[in-house]
Amino acid sequence: MYRETQIVSDDTKTASPDVEGDLVINVGPQHPATHGVLHLVITLSGETIKKVEPHLGYIHRSIEKMCESLSYRQFIYVTSRMDYLSSHINNHGCALCVEKGLQIEVPLRAQVIRVLMDELTRLASHQLWWGAMAMDVGALTPFFLAFREREMINDIMEETCGARLTMNYIVPGGVMVDIHPNFQQRVREFITHFKNKIDEYDELLTGNTIFQIRTKGVGYVSKEDAISYGMSGPSARGSGVQCDIRKLYPYEVYSKVQFDEIIETEGDSFARYIVRMKEMRQSLSIVEQLIDNIPEGDFQAKTKAVLKLPKGEFYSRVETARGDFGVYIISEGGTTPYRIKFRSPGFSNLSALDQMARGGKIGDLVAIMGTLDLVIPDIDR
Amino acid sequence: MWSLENISNTIDNWLHSTFNGTTVMLIEFLIIALLVIGLFAVLGLVLILMERKVSAWMQVRLGPNRVGPGGMFQTVADTLKLIVKEGMTPLKVDKFLFNLAPFIVIIVSMVVLAPLMFAKNFQIWDINIGILFITAISSISVIGILMAGWASNNKYSLLGAMRSGAQIVSYELSAGLSVLCIVVLTGSLRISDIINAQADGWWLFKGHIPAMIAFLIFIIAVTAETNRAPFDLAEAESELTAGFHTEYSGMKFALFFLAEYVNVFIVCAIGSTLFLGGWMPLHIGNWAGFNHVMDYVPSFLWFFGKTFFLIFVIMWFRWTFPRLRIDQLLNLEWKYLLPISMFNLILVTVIAILRWHF
Repeated sequence: MYRETQIVSDDTKTASPDVEGDLVINVGPQHPATHGVLHLVITLSGETIKKVEPHLGYIHRSIEKMCESLSYRQFIYVTSRMDYLSSHINNHGCALCVEKGLQIEVPLRAQVIRVLMDELTRLASHQLWWGAMAMDVGALTPFFLAFREREMINDIMEETCGARLTMNYIVPGGVMVDIHPNFQQRVREFITHFKNKIDEYDELLTGNTIFQIRTKGVGYVSKEDAISYGMSGPSARGSGVQCDIRKLYPYEVYSKVQFDEIIETEGDSFARYIVRMKEMRQSLSIVEQLIDNIPEGDFQAKTKAVLKLPKGEFYSRVETARGDFGVYIISEGGTTPYRIKFRSPGFSNLSALDQMARGGKIGDLVAIMGTLDLVIPDIDR
Repeated sequence: MWSLENISNTIDNWLHSTFNGTTVMLIEFLIIALLVIGLFAVLGLVLILMERKVSAWMQVRLGPNRVGPGGMFQTVADTLKLIVKEGMTPLKVDKFLFNLAPFIVIIVSMVVLAPLMFAKNFQIWDINIGILFITAISSISVIGILMAGWASNNKYSLLGAMRSGAQIVSYELSAGLSVLCIVVLTGSLRISDIINAQADGWWLFKGHIPAMIAFLIFIIAVTAETNRAPFDLAEAESELTAGFHTEYSGMKFALFFLAEYVNVFIVCAIGSTLFLGGWMPLHIGNWAGFNHVMDYVPSFLWFFGKTFFLIFVIMWFRWTFPRLRIDQLLNLEWKYLLPISMFNLILVTVIAILRWHF
């Protein structure tokens, strides 16, 4: 009743231990802790980590190259597949870049809808992160609680955008269709529901002693190191770096709403966790401010059927749930971009993993990866 | 009242009147073996279903609800699937040890059942060192786990087994010391004596605060000993995929899985025997009417009720707490639980000598 299985060893070169007695383990590409197809080669001395070497490329789809053969309306849809948890914000960044090139004035209504959707996406992304983070440190229940709330946001998205994950709702010049008549009502319901639930999140996990000793003092990265690694988003703000694009370079109506940039200075996993938890409350407050004040007007500016960017280079950046997302377009004046480069937050955040994890235990590695909030398709593109 | 004691005595008397001594013994061995295997099967099915239902209840979902009424036969279907599944032995493993390991783990949990008292005078073997026997035998299961991890030729398994070894050996100390507290209070290692000593009140209440501390430490220590969350470092699916049983599949995996649940049952049964009076009904002081009503509840219901309550508590832990890290786990044992339980044992001894307990 048994079959002989040939186990292929393909890591003879990278996996040779530096010191006799060290253990080299391949974590991934299929491993529960990596949340995708990330391959980490870790060198262990007992349980202590001596080196972490991330190997990328398992989900590389050459999205940048693909975008070069698509028109300025089409390429936005591909970007939803990069950071699929904040697909809406990716689309937003690309649309902003195209609008900058064409100098389109986006109607105020469209701006408010975009920001509302951004913040709802951020909430959904942070909820999923919260569940996955808890699962990484061994608590399984938070994952289901997080999905209960995320489902409400997904339903709202489905009603207005027609999709639940890859929304493709933002187009150059505004949004694709107007919001659904139920939208405001359902978002208000969500706000009242989630305000209670986020306290429950804190009760269940944040205050838990085991969770705190698992994350406090783990994966420390200093402010200087965070800057030199190019970290951004909540991961960098946990080390005290001021890097919220919504505050530094406000786009759309972010300059008109009241919210705080959350900064913690401890630089450990718990600080990054707290930043995200507080950010959820900030996002909730932004949604609350805007939901009753959606101005009347057009949801889309008048644009030409075929978009042609003038010759030149254009760059725009937005704050996704994971950090600073940049879109860089070089145009030769044609209907398709000459070159597109995306600056994805996950890639830079991952680069700090080795330094953070060294000297820690295997259990620390998953706690660190949990708070870095890696989305592998975003890193590989 | 209808009791298991009468049934076993009737069978015993009938056998003795029909056959000679040796034959009776052989037949009784056979009956007990069948009963133990049957209990294993039933416990496995019930506890796995219970775990899934409890977790579903805590996680705002329904749990299994397709196979049979309320999903009752889901575990039967799962077991059937595991039995007919291909039993794979990976290349380059130590085949002998690899295949032996699950049986060691399961046999240990079968043998440990022997001195347990399931109802009034219903017990396989009333040995005079009952609780010592349980503690001694249950520590053998770590050998099976280490064997599985070492023979698998897998780094994850090895790490899981090493963690498990360090963990079980450490936590056995606290568990043993809290068991000793009750032994000191009772003055006997025999399970039936320990239960009879609780006829007028459970040790949890009779032994003042030290007994409660011992109970808490016992629950923590046995949770760690059975490798359940928050001490499930040996499996730690987000770190080591499945720990020591990563390479196992089919029925050999099912044996590990079954042993885990039966071990949970056994430690909870020991806990309810030592601290909650085993099959003794709940009696409150001079409330004669209340005590009389409680006596009408069959003794095996008391035993299983208490045990399943403790099992529920341990499941509750699993679905609430995050997992500890290996160094924190060992710190907790060696720096906190062990000194506390040693000091606690001294307190209990003083109480026992001065007869301060009720």
